[in-house]
Amino acid sequence: MGVVAVSAARDPSASAQLSVLQVGRVFPAPRGRGTIEALQPIDLAVERNDFITILGPSGCGKSTLLRIIAGLDTPTTGRVLLEGRPITGPGPDRGMVFQSYTLFPWLTVRENICFGLREKGMALPEQQERAAFFIDRVGLNGFEQHYPKQLSGGMQQRTALARALANDPQILLLDEPFGALDNQTRVLMQELLLGIWEADRKTVLFVTHDIDESIFMANRVIVFTARPGRIKTELAIDLPHPRHYTVKTTPRFAEYKGELTEAIRGEVLQTMARERQPPADSGG
Amino acid sequence: MTPLKPIAPIRRITLGILFFVVFVAIWAAATFGGLVSKVFLADPLTMVREGISLFVEQGFIKDIGITVWRVVGGFVLAAVLAVPLGIAMGTYRPVGAFFEPFVSFARYLPASAFIPLLILWAGIGELQKLLVIFIGSFFQLVLMVAVIVGNARTDLVEAAYTLGAKDAGIVRRVLLPGAAPDIAETLRLVLGWAWTYVIVAELIGSSSGIGHMITDSQALLNTGQIIFGIIVIGVIGLVSDFCFKAANQKLFPWALLR
Repeated sequence: MGVVAVSAARDPSASAQLSVLQVGRVFPAPRGRGTIEALQPIDLAVERNDFITILGPSGCGKSTLLRIIAGLDTPTTGRVLLEGRPITGPGPDRGMVFQSYTLFPWLTVRENICFGLREKGMALPEQQERAAFFIDRVGLNGFEQHYPKQLSGGMQQRTALARALANDPQILLLDEPFGALDNQTRVLMQELLLGIWEADRKTVLFVTHDIDESIFMANRVIVFTARPGRIKTELAIDLPHPRHYTVKTTPRFAEYKGELTEAIRGEVLQTMARERQPPADSGG
Repeated sequence: MTPLKPIAPIRRITLGILFFVVFVAIWAAATFGGLVSKVFLADPLTMVREGISLFVEQGFIKDIGITVWRVVGGFVLAAVLAVPLGIAMGTYRPVGAFFEPFVSFARYLPASAFIPLLILWAGIGELQKLLVIFIGSFFQLVLMVAVIVGNARTDLVEAAYTLGAKDAGIVRRVLLPGAAPDIAETLRLVLGWAWTYVIVAELIGSSSGIGHMITDSQALLNTGQIIFGIIVIGVIGLVSDFCFKAANQKLFPWALLR
C-alpha cells in the first residue's frame, strides 16, 4: 500500500504518455532458495514522441522492464500507466519487436504483418492496403509472399517492425531488435528505424547494450546499473534531425559516447565480477 | 565415403533399389539352391504364383478391402477423439495434469493383450477389430499431440499477445498452425502402427481380412501365400505413407523450408 501512495505522490509528470512508477521485479532464484532482484523500484516518464534508449550491461533488468511495460511480465512492486490507465496485460496499444525472430513461420510476410489487423477484425482489403504501405516503408517490396525462413535475419526483423507498426500502437517497445544481426546490417536497420521515427514520431522505447546505437537514434539515453537494475544516469541527446549516419563521426557524438562509456564501464566490470560467482538468473 | 556428405539423387535411388535386388537374390539362392526346405519357405516364383491365384481364384481383394477398412475406421475414430484431447492437454496445463498420468500408463498397455477381453465384450465382429486399433492408437496419439502442442514456442505466443491476440486467438492462430505439421507427422507414424494391430486382431478370431488369410495359409503350410500377404501389407503401408507425406508437403509447405 505504502508503495502506491508514495508513487502517486512521486508521479514524475502527469502529462507523460507512459509512466513507470516504482516498478520493481524480484524473481525466485533458480533451483532453490532465495530470490534475485532483477529490478529495483524505478520511476520513468516517457513523453509523447520520445525516442528513448535504455542502455545497460546484459542481465541488468532492462529487458525485464520492457516486458513489464509490454504486459508480458508482472512487476513485484509498482505499476505502469499508459495514457493514465494502468497496464494489466499485453495489448495492441504497445507494439513489440523481440531480439529473437518471432515471425510466425506458417505465415508469409504479408500475412504476418496482417496478423494484428485481422485480430482487430479489420476488413481484408483494408488489411492488405495497410500491409502494402508498411512493406514499402521497411523496403520489403517483392517479398510479400515469402515465408520467414526464406528471409535473412535483417529482413525478418524489418517484417517484425512492420508488423508492430501496422497495428498503429501508441508506443513501440524494441528489445534489442538488431542484437542478432551482423554489424553492417544493424547500422542500416538503425537508419531505417530512425527514418521511420523521424517521419511520424511514434514514441519508442529501445533496449540495447550498444552505445553507438543508443546515441544515434535517441533523444534520451537512460543508463541502467548492473543487477539489480536501476537508473544510473540519464543523458539528453541534442543532435539535430534528420540524422545522417555521418553524425557518428562528429565531436558531439564522440562526447556523448565518452560520457556513456564512462557510465557503463563500471557496471560491466561489476557484472563480470559477479559472473565469476555462483550461477545467475536470466533477468536480462 | 565421408560422414554426412550428401549423395546425388540418382545414386540414392539406385542404392535403394539395389537392396531389394540383393534381398530377392539371396532369397532365391536359398530356396532354389535347396538350402531351405520348400515346406518352410517358398521360393520367389512360387510366391508370385500363389499371389496371382489369391487374387484370381480366392477373392483376396475383398480381404484387402476389409483390412483397409478396419485400419482406416479404427484409426480415424482414434484420431478424431485423440487430437482434440491432446490439443486441450497441451494448451491447458490443468487438463494436461489431469489426463497425462493415466494416458502415460495406458499407452503401455499392449493392444494385442486386450484382444481376448475385447472378444468377450464385443464378440469377433467388426467392432472388436476397430477397438483393438483404437486402443493401440488412441493413447499414443493423445500423448504425442499433447507434447507437440505443449512445446509451442513461447516467444511466438508472446508476440501474438502483443499484437492484440486473446486466448482463443492464441490457440487458433498460433498453437494450432504451429503444431499442425508435427501432428500430421504423428498421425502418419501412428497409422503405421495401426497396421500391425489390425493383423494381430485378424490372426485371432476372424473370418476375413489379410490376417485371416495368413492364418488359413499356415494351416495349409502355404508359405508362398503367407509371404505374399506380408508383402501386400508392406506395400499398402508404403503407399499410405507416401500419400500422407505428399499431403503434408502440400498442406504445410512452410514446414519444409530450412
